[in-house]
Amino acid sequence: MVKVARLSRLALGPGDAERYLSQLSGMLEHFADIDALDLDGVEPMTQPLPLVNVFRDDVLRPSLDRDEVLAAAPASEDGRFRVPPMIGES
Amino acid sequence: MTIYTTSDQDFVELSDGWELVVGLEVHVELATNTKLFSGSANRFGDEPNMNIDPVTLGLPGALPVLNRHAVELAMRVGLALNCTVQPSIFHRKNYFYPDLPKAYQISQYDQPLNIDGYLALPGGKLIGIERAHMEEDTGKSTHIGGAGGRIHGADHSLIDFNRAGVPLVEIVSRPDIRTAEEARQYVTELRGILLAIDASDAKMEEGSMRVDANVSVHRAGEPFGTRCEIKNVNSVRSLGRAIDYEARRQIDMRNAGEPILQQTRHWDENDGRTHTLRTKEDADDYRYFPEPDLVPIVPSPEWIASIRDALPLLPGARRLRLAAASGAAADAESVMVVVEREQDDYVLAVGAAGGDVARALVHVKEAYAEQGSSPAVPAVDLAGLTQLEVSGKLTATQAKQVLAELVANGGGDAAAIAAVRGFEAIDSSSLEPMVDAAIAAQPDAWAKFVAGDAKAVGAIVGAVMKASKGKADGKAVSAIVEARKAAAS
Amino acid sequence: MPSLPSFPTVLNTAAAVRSGTRSALDVLDEHLARVTECETEIHAFNLVLADEARAAAAALDARIAAGDDPGPLAGVPIALKDNMCTQGIPTTCSSRILEGWRPPYTATAVDKVVAAGAIPIGKTNLDEFAMGSSTENSAFGPTRNPLDPSRVPGGSSGGSAAAVAAGFAPVSLGSDTGGSIRQPAALCGLVGVKPTYGLVSRYGLIAFASSLDQIGPFTHTVADSAAVLEVLAGHDPMDSTSIPQPPPSLTSVLDRGVDGLRIGRITDLPAGADADVTARVEAAFVALEKAGATIVDVTVPAFGYGLTAYYLVAPAEASSNLSRYDGVRFGMRVTAGTTAEMMAVTRTAGFGEEVKRRIMLGTYALSAGYYDAYYGKALKIRRMISDDFSRAYERCDVLITPASPTVAFEFGSKGDNPIAMYLCDTYTIPTNLAGHPGMSVPYGTGDHGLPVGVQILAPALGEQVMYQVAAELERSMA
Repeated sequence: MVKVARLSRLALGPGDAERYLSQLSGMLEHFADIDALDLDGVEPMTQPLPLVNVFRDDVLRPSLDRDEVLAAAPASEDGRFRVPPMIGES
Repeated sequence: MTIYTTSDQDFVELSDGWELVVGLEVHVELATNTKLFSGSANRFGDEPNMNIDPVTLGLPGALPVLNRHAVELAMRVGLALNCTVQPSIFHRKNYFYPDLPKAYQISQYDQPLNIDGYLALPGGKLIGIERAHMEEDTGKSTHIGGAGGRIHGADHSLIDFNRAGVPLVEIVSRPDIRTAEEARQYVTELRGILLAIDASDAKMEEGSMRVDANVSVHRAGEPFGTRCEIKNVNSVRSLGRAIDYEARRQIDMRNAGEPILQQTRHWDENDGRTHTLRTKEDADDYRYFPEPDLVPIVPSPEWIASIRDALPLLPGARRLRLAAASGAAADAESVMVVVEREQDDYVLAVGAAGGDVARALVHVKEAYAEQGSSPAVPAVDLAGLTQLEVSGKLTATQAKQVLAELVANGGGDAAAIAAVRGFEAIDSSSLEPMVDAAIAAQPDAWAKFVAGDAKAVGAIVGAVMKASKGKADGKAVSAIVEARKAAAS
Repeated sequence: MPSLPSFPTVLNTAAAVRSGTRSALDVLDEHLARVTECETEIHAFNLVLADEARAAAAALDARIAAGDDPGPLAGVPIALKDNMCTQGIPTTCSSRILEGWRPPYTATAVDKVVAAGAIPIGKTNLDEFAMGSSTENSAFGPTRNPLDPSRVPGGSSGGSAAAVAAGFAPVSLGSDTGGSIRQPAALCGLVGVKPTYGLVSRYGLIAFASSLDQIGPFTHTVADSAAVLEVLAGHDPMDSTSIPQPPPSLTSVLDRGVDGLRIGRITDLPAGADADVTARVEAAFVALEKAGATIVDVTVPAFGYGLTAYYLVAPAEASSNLSRYDGVRFGMRVTAGTTAEMMAVTRTAGFGEEVKRRIMLGTYALSAGYYDAYYGKALKIRRMISDDFSRAYERCDVLITPASPTVAFEFGSKGDNPIAMYLCDTYTIPTNLAGHPGMSVPYGTGDHGLPVGVQILAPALGEQVMYQVAAELERSMA
C-alpha cells in the first residue's frame, strides 16, 4: 500500500493504509471471478476502434499566451513555472 | 537489472585482464516545425514558455495528435541505420517529475518503430542497433539558489516547457562497443548520418543530441559485469573521457573486491569524474501501458520504400566511393575529413574533369587543415593543376603556389600560371646530370651515404635543388640518388 | 418540489426561435426563472452562466434579426457537464483540485453545440472526475433527483440529468465511461445516449478513462436526442480516436418503425435487476414484437465479466490521466518543502476518497508484477466481450436490457461498500468496453412511481437502428 501510494503521489495519513488496503482487497476479491477464465490466445484489446495511421501535418499553430498561462499557475517567476526544491525526485 | 551475455565481438584488454563493454543510448531531437503531438513550435533558444499549448502543458482535456513529418524523419533514421521499420504503438511511461507535464511520457515500449539495425564504424566494424523509437521530450528545469545551478542546495526550481513535446528518436545500440575510441567514432558517425538525412541538427552542445553510456567491465572470458549509466556527456571528447574514467573506476572497485551497483551516474566535466546520481531500485516502476489516446502506426511497404528511396548517399558509402576513386583507405584522415565536410562530390568532380582524384583529395584536405574551407576553384581548374602534378611538370611546392593563385583569382588555367611563374618542367633526363655533378662535387658526403649514413643524402639533394633554382622535384631527385646508390653498392 | 410540468423540447424551442415566434432571450429567461425557483433544492449546477447566456442569447437574436441562419439548435439552453472545458469559464470536474481553474480553450463538443445555436446555461455537477453512480462523490455536495429529492439522480452525470429533468434546460451534455449517461437518464426519466466510441470528439473532455469515455446528450424525447447527436457527431482532427467518416443521419430514421428488425434478448444476462425494472423491460419486448419486430434469444457469455474488466481498465487509465494534477502548472497547490512532497500533499488534499481509491487501484493494476494478472487480463476480457457482442449481432440488430438494475435510490443507501455502488453499472459497462453505442429510453415507472429506463444496445456505428427502436418504444408509451 505504501508503495502504491508513493507511485500515485498520495500521502497516507494515520489509518489510511489499513483502510485502503482493506477496501482494495475487498475489490480484488470481488474481481477474482476472472481468475478461472482461460485467456490463452486471446488478443488484448487496447482500443475499441481499429483505426491506424492518424496524423496531423507539421504545421505551426499559435501558442497560448504565456502571461495568461503563468497567471493561472500556482507559482511562477521569470516567465517560468516555479516549484519547491526538487530534492528526492525520482 | 540486465546482465549481458558475452558476445563474439572482439574484446580489447584494458589492463590486467579487464575488458570493457559499452552500449550507447542517443536521444536525438527531430528537425520538425512543430512538436510530436501538437502544433506549437519546435524551436531552440526562444524565451521560456513561448511555445506552449494545451497539449504541451498537459492541460486537462487536451489530446495528442501525431506529427506525420516526425514519423517520416524517425523512419528515415531507422532506414539509415539499416533497421527494420515495423508496425508500432505508443505507450505511456508514468512517473512524476515537475518538467514532465502529464506525469507520463508518451514513448514506445515493446513495439518500437525501428528495430534490428546496425551502424558501420569507418574502419568497418558493425555496431548493432537494438531499436530506434519515438518519444516526446520533457521540459527543462533550472535550479535557483544552489551552488552552480545544482539541484542539491537549490532554493527552488523554475520550469520552461518549450522543449516539452519536442519529437525525439532514441537510438539504442547493442553492447557492441569495446573502447572509448569506438564510442567516439560511433557518435561521430551517427551524427554525420543524422545531418546527411536532415533528421536533426544533432548539436550535442545544445542538447539536440544527447548521449548516455552504459558502461561495464568484466574479466576476459567471464559474463558482462553490472553496468552503470553515465549521463550529462556534452561532447564527443567528454564521452571518451567519461568512459575511460568510468571503466577505471569500476576496475579499481572490482580489484578492491567491491561490488558494482547498478547506478545512474553524472559526468562532471570540471573534475573529470562520474558521480552517483541515483541507484536503480526496484522502486522504478513506470507502469507502461498502451497509450489510449493514439492509434497504431502501420507503415505500408510503399511508404517505407518511398522514404528509403529518398535517402541520400550516407557518409559511409560516400567514404567508400571516394576511397575507391582515390586509392586511399576508407578511414584515411583525408577521406574522413573531405566526406565530413561534404567536399567529396567536388573531389570526384575534379576526377570527372580529367584530374587526379588522389591529388585533389590531398589539396582539399589540406585546405581544410589550413583555412577550414574548400579551395574556391572550379573543379576543371583544379583538375588542370593535378594533371601538371602527376605528370611531374610541377613539384608539390610549386603546385601549392599555383593553387594559391588559382584561389586568389577564383580559378584559371594552372599551366598558364606555372608558365608565368617560370615553373619550367625539369624532367628526369635533365635531373640526372645535375645529380651526377653533385655526387662528383661532394665525394665525402657520397661515401658516407653509400656506407649507410642516410642523413648524408641531404647535402647531395640540396646541391641539386640549388643548381635547379628550386625547380627540381625533391622526390624525383631522391629517387635518382637512391638509384645511383643501388648501382654503386 | 411541485410535480413536474411538461417541459419544452429541443425541437419545439429551436423551431420557435428559428421562426421568430420567440426570442432566444425570452426562452432563456424562462429557463433561468426555473433555475431560480428550484436550483437551491436540486443543486444541478456547479455554476450557472446567467450573464454569459443572456449575452449569447441576445447576440443570437441579433443574428436572426439580421437574417443569418442561427443553426438547428437555435436558442436552445444547454447544460454542460462540468468536465467539458469552456474557455475562460471555471471547469472543475467537481474536484477541489481544479477549483478556480479556467481552461484556455473550449471542448470540440461544446464548440459544436454553440455553433449550432445552443446557449450554454451552466456547468453541471458530477461525481468527482466522473467516478460514481449517484453524484454523491462531488466535492461540492450531491445533486438531488427532481422526481424525488430524497433520492439520487444517478451518476456520474447526475447534474446534467437533473438539469433536464427539472426543466432548467431542454438538453444537457453528459459523458459516459461505464454508464454515466444511461444510468442517470434511467433514474431521471430521460433519454440518454452513449454514442459509438469515436463518434463524438473527446477533445476538451477531461479524461477519466480515455478508451471508454464518450460524450452524449440527455433529452426528454428520442427526436430531440437524435437532433442533438447529429450536431455533436463528426470527425475532429484534434482527437486521434475520432472516426474519420461522416456521421449517420438520425432524425431521418425515427419513423421507420421496427417491422422486420430482430431484437435480441440476452439469456445469460447477469441477475441483479429488481422485479419492477425487469417487468418494464419485458413490456418493452412485448411492445416491439407487437410493432413487428422478432425477439431473438442470444448469449453474451462474457457480459458478466464486464464489471471486473471495467474496474481494472478504467482505474488504470484514470491513475495515469489524473497524474497531471500535480500542483505545478494549474489548479490548486498545497505548499511543502520539496516538489515531491508538494505533489503528494496537493493531490491528497485535492482529490476525494473515491478518486484516491481508484487511482490506487489503477496504479496497483498496472504495477510491475501485477500487470499481467490484472490490467493485461482485463484487456483480454475486453476482447472476449467485444467478440461475444459481435457474435450476438450476427443474429440480431439490437439488444434490450435494463439500463439500471434499480429505480432511483435514496442518498447513502449504498453505504460504504464501493462494490455496491459499482453494481449500478452492471448492464451499461460492457458496451463501453466494446466501444458500441447504447441508450436508455424511459419506459414507464416502477416502484415508488419512479421511472425505469430500458437500454437499447447496438453494434459500432449502429446508431440508426438504435434510434429506430428507441422511437418505436417511445411511440408505444404514448
